[in-house]
Amino acid sequence: MTRFTLEQKLAVLSDAAKYDASCASSGTSRRHSRAGDGLGSTEGSGICHAYAPDGRCISLLKILLTNFCIYDCAYCVNRVSSNVTRARFTVDEVVTLTLEFYRRNYIEGLFLSSGIIRSPDDTMGEMVEIARKLRHDHRFRGYIHLKTIPDADPALIEEAGLLADRISINVELPTDASVRTYAPEKKPETIRKAMADVRLRTEAASDRTHTGRRAPRFAPAGQSTQMIVGADEANDATILGQSTRLYSSYKLKRVYYSAFSPIPDATAKLPLVKPPLAREHRLYQADWLLRFYGFNLDEITGATEGGNLDLEIDPKLAWALQNRHLFPIDVNRAERDMLLRVPGFGTKTVDRILATRRHRTLRYEDLARMGASLKKARAFITTIGWQPGALTDSADLRARFAPAPEQLTLF
Amino acid sequence: MRTVALSEIGTDKAWRVAARGLLAEGVRPEDVLWQYGAVESDLFATAPATPSGTALRVPRAFVDLAGTVCWHVDPERFARLYALLWRLMGTPGLMTDRGDVRVKTLFEMEKSVRRDMHKMKAFLRFREIDAAGPRRRFAAWFEPQHHIVEPLAPFFARRFGDMDWIIATPNRTVHFTDGQIALAPGQPKPALPDDAAEQLWTTYFRNIFNPARLKVKAMQAEMPKKYWKNMPEAAAIPDMIASAEDRARQMQLAAPTLAPRRAGKITERLSMTATDTPSPGSLDALRHDAAACTRCPLHQSATQVVVGEGPRNAPLMVVGEQPGDQEDLSGRPFVGPAGQLFDRLAEEAGLDRDAAFVTNAVKHFKFQPRGKRRIHQKPDAGEVQACRWWLEAERALVKPKLILAMGATAALSLTGNGDGIMKRHGTFEATEDGTPVLLTLHPSYLLRVPNAAAKAAAEQDFRADLALAADWIARNAA
Repeated sequence: MTRFTLEQKLAVLSDAAKYDASCASSGTSRRHSRAGDGLGSTEGSGICHAYAPDGRCISLLKILLTNFCIYDCAYCVNRVSSNVTRARFTVDEVVTLTLEFYRRNYIEGLFLSSGIIRSPDDTMGEMVEIARKLRHDHRFRGYIHLKTIPDADPALIEEAGLLADRISINVELPTDASVRTYAPEKKPETIRKAMADVRLRTEAASDRTHTGRRAPRFAPAGQSTQMIVGADEANDATILGQSTRLYSSYKLKRVYYSAFSPIPDATAKLPLVKPPLAREHRLYQADWLLRFYGFNLDEITGATEGGNLDLEIDPKLAWALQNRHLFPIDVNRAERDMLLRVPGFGTKTVDRILATRRHRTLRYEDLARMGASLKKARAFITTIGWQPGALTDSADLRARFAPAPEQLTLF
Repeated sequence: MRTVALSEIGTDKAWRVAARGLLAEGVRPEDVLWQYGAVESDLFATAPATPSGTALRVPRAFVDLAGTVCWHVDPERFARLYALLWRLMGTPGLMTDRGDVRVKTLFEMEKSVRRDMHKMKAFLRFREIDAAGPRRRFAAWFEPQHHIVEPLAPFFARRFGDMDWIIATPNRTVHFTDGQIALAPGQPKPALPDDAAEQLWTTYFRNIFNPARLKVKAMQAEMPKKYWKNMPEAAAIPDMIASAEDRARQMQLAAPTLAPRRAGKITERLSMTATDTPSPGSLDALRHDAAACTRCPLHQSATQVVVGEGPRNAPLMVVGEQPGDQEDLSGRPFVGPAGQLFDRLAEEAGLDRDAAFVTNAVKHFKFQPRGKRRIHQKPDAGEVQACRWWLEAERALVKPKLILAMGATAALSLTGNGDGIMKRHGTFEATEDGTPVLLTLHPSYLLRVPNAAAKAAAEQDFRADLALAADWIARNAA
């Protein structure tokens, strides 16, 4: 094998890591190095240090330890049967890159993942060693996200959780059947079991010991997972059903949806398509409605036929158009849970409406100042200075929001 | 007309002192002329003395707002803040009126400063420069929109505590040396030496980009072009955009290749190293087989199958309904709240829990997701029937002398009838093959009884049933 320079390795191993959507660096415990005895800080909210032309935030050094892999997952650029260039970092190379990038304010920390070489324990062991060197030898107080390998020894996962801010394990695909088909070496039940272990350890670490001392925190920024969208036949109802189960079962901080995107040297088993970016966006919107707006899964997926979200309009608007009998609502009287269901009102707008309502009644022009999108909201609300009249029930209401039909391009 | 000149360093504190004094004297907003950029000594000459003893009550939200807006570039900022402070004295609720135009303007100014601060934290880039002592030294040039260098200096000190650094901007320069922050006047852009790390960083930036997801507008919304000139990686952007479509198309057009030769061998070897199956007829074998069970749909959403635990030759088998949240996560029966209650009451009733084999009528957790919690759902007759197969297998292995059936589901599975447990509890029935079954309540029912008296009565009943079981075992299995 040819010997690569550090720069060549970095090119191969960051290229191989880009299909993991997460780059979050927020919500961990607060740390700093003001006393000069270390490097780095975390202060609640994360920082996006750059944006690539794909619109994605770059907050962490997101790399693989190696892209050699003994598994053969059809959707993955690093599967054993692919002919992509392979490389492997040493432990010290990853440590040095992380620290030098951090010192120049390029990153918040490290997101380390890996292909599986030899055995899950060997790979996980090296990842833990990198985190250990950063934390203990270099007193690094920045953010560390470790992608754990479900089959690895629980003792290694335990160590990973004590060193890292976030732990993640990818469920990869929305159904067990798809995982078995496209990732034959991965076992959905093992992945679930690993997520359950992380939740139990997190909860055990948040209990006080009998002396009243807190145990060392386990993955203070929680755990997350990722699902690939558009590689298999699963519809949005199935995908969101899986997310709600995962959120409730394992207390995940986030489920990431990753539109299946063309990869170099793809397999014939999974034909490449244009990545379904619009669908990915709608899934994130639906995910937010489920977690922060009090919607039930059935309400969101029931708004359209066939269990897929409407791609042309957002899921809240789609629900409101299906439930026009509940509207218009009076902005000055409606309860919080109903205000949250108005298209064009976000949680911040609703909080501002409620805060202001304690002092005076609201006029239509107040709402724009509070951040509401009135283009969407006006058909669904009444307030002083505004009555939607027949607009709420007008037949062409949907057409006002959906983009105009596009002429097919001829080639 | 009063003229108040505020210093460029410590502006936020200077404004607060001045505003308190003016307010105490009752000076109206239209009678104050605010100036920025005074030398230190002028501040004390012109700022009204703060009268002692007067407690000025201002909403916390205003203090935070003023502390940030003071760093805005708008020359009117001090007057706007003082005008709002004046109005607040008569209308304390004004801060929560987000429909008020002038409140809104100040919040927008605050947002602008915060955004500028956030972007400086994000887009500032250090280069390494020669070190004089043992600490490494770095320097950066940045062009912020507002006067944010001073309020941000502590952030960089907390973050880069073990190195010396200089942040230079047109209006202010910060030196951090041996842990000390020092503010100095601004300066023109200094010539900084090349830093080899920038090439590595640009390589990373190029390769983490996915050309199949080009979204240039999304990038520019968050990273406006005005910042690009001081970011080393930005030079690569035009080329990355220009070649993206072609790269994505090449990936789609490329014909699938043959797998490398080693791939077949690796895959084959992986499938050979199957995990060793436990010896048949053991509890481990039963657990192994049950893990693959698809007799009912419950396996799809549960984490794992939870089979029974206890001595192989236990005279007593205790059967509950199904694993709960904690049992599902840990893979062990009777570890959640109901299991703990059972343990306590069993001990009080003199029943040796460790000598019993504990299990459930249904081996997977049935639940409904609700937000961050899972709501327990009662298994239906079909699921109970499907899972009887595994309960029978456990019974065949353990061969208990007595079975304690807790709750309706266990009663249904073992006796074929799950009705009227409140009347039937404390009585002995039998399975089809004649094994005696003592019926009792489910401990989770005890946890749900609302009033204290009924709860105590139910606990008493349950304890009595457990004592009955202990007594039966003592007489028949000793």
